[in-house]
Amino acid sequence: MPEPSQTAGQPSIWRRLWIWFNQTVGPRHFFMTFRPWIKWLGLIAAVLIAVGSVWGLAFAPPDYLQGNSFRIIYIHVPAASLAMSIYLALAVLGVISLVWKIKTAEWVARAAAPVGFVMCVLSLLTGAIWGKPTWGTYWVWDGRLTSMLILAFLYAGIMALYQAFENSPNQGKAAAILAIVGAVNLPIIKYSVVWWNTLHQGATFTVTAAPKMDPSMLWPLLLTFIGFYCWAAALVLYRTCTLILERERQKRWVQEWVEQESRS
Amino acid sequence: MTPAFDSVSALIQMGYHGAYVWSAWGVSLLLITVLMWHSVYRRQQFFRQEAARLRRQAAQAKRQE
Repeated sequence: MPEPSQTAGQPSIWRRLWIWFNQTVGPRHFFMTFRPWIKWLGLIAAVLIAVGSVWGLAFAPPDYLQGNSFRIIYIHVPAASLAMSIYLALAVLGVISLVWKIKTAEWVARAAAPVGFVMCVLSLLTGAIWGKPTWGTYWVWDGRLTSMLILAFLYAGIMALYQAFENSPNQGKAAAILAIVGAVNLPIIKYSVVWWNTLHQGATFTVTAAPKMDPSMLWPLLLTFIGFYCWAAALVLYRTCTLILERERQKRWVQEWVEQESRS
Repeated sequence: MTPAFDSVSALIQMGYHGAYVWSAWGVSLLLITVLMWHSVYRRQQFFRQEAARLRRQAAQAKRQE
């Protein structure tokens, strides 16, 4: 019995979407599509982070309670948010690469893991520095801090698994499984400030509620926040493109591209 | 928009919080730079390896002629 999509002269819209999707996520198409984005995302990121930093450091008024130490927020919040978002992306990409066997998904995850790890470490470091003048201590075993430290260990584990299975046919499987299992930590991080009311303050701004911050302080935060996301997107795309070149070096299009690049 | 500090030295001092704020900025800049340097290094490493491989292949093809 013919499939319904084949009875009509044209393939169905879903079939065509699936073909389009598969072409887009093919390594070559991914490379050609997203490589031009890198410089634009990087440029936007540089401008936003530069303007946001100068504004936040020199023009935003000091906090009535915390004084000038609150200016650390302009790195701390974007870094922490990115660490969690990238981890969520690793889990989703892990499902995609395990279920649909899409190589590019695994490579994007592999490229993104170190970026998320550095953001996680950065949020812990800037948080510790901020904690000293605000709480009187660099570290407490508070729910938010502890769950964030676990996130850093999860990142380290995922990166180690990618390294360990570098040349095996099941390359990213173990890392993908760890990323998916470890995703239970994400809601724990998010709600830790609600469940355990200890030292760490609640969310400064959320998508649904009005911000708890004055606009003069909030604007620079929004700039560095969006800037960090653009920067991370550019860097992950750049790293993914490098991985695609490395893994597909036997392909003719890569060799042609290398020759063309080395001539120009 | 008015600056929050009267002078550059006040901006650096930030009322006894300068050391914390600037060290947070410094460590961020350092880690981000290392990550970006590593990413560029990997790309250049690929190009070096690939160029060497193409040269080897060309040399081999010449010997076999």
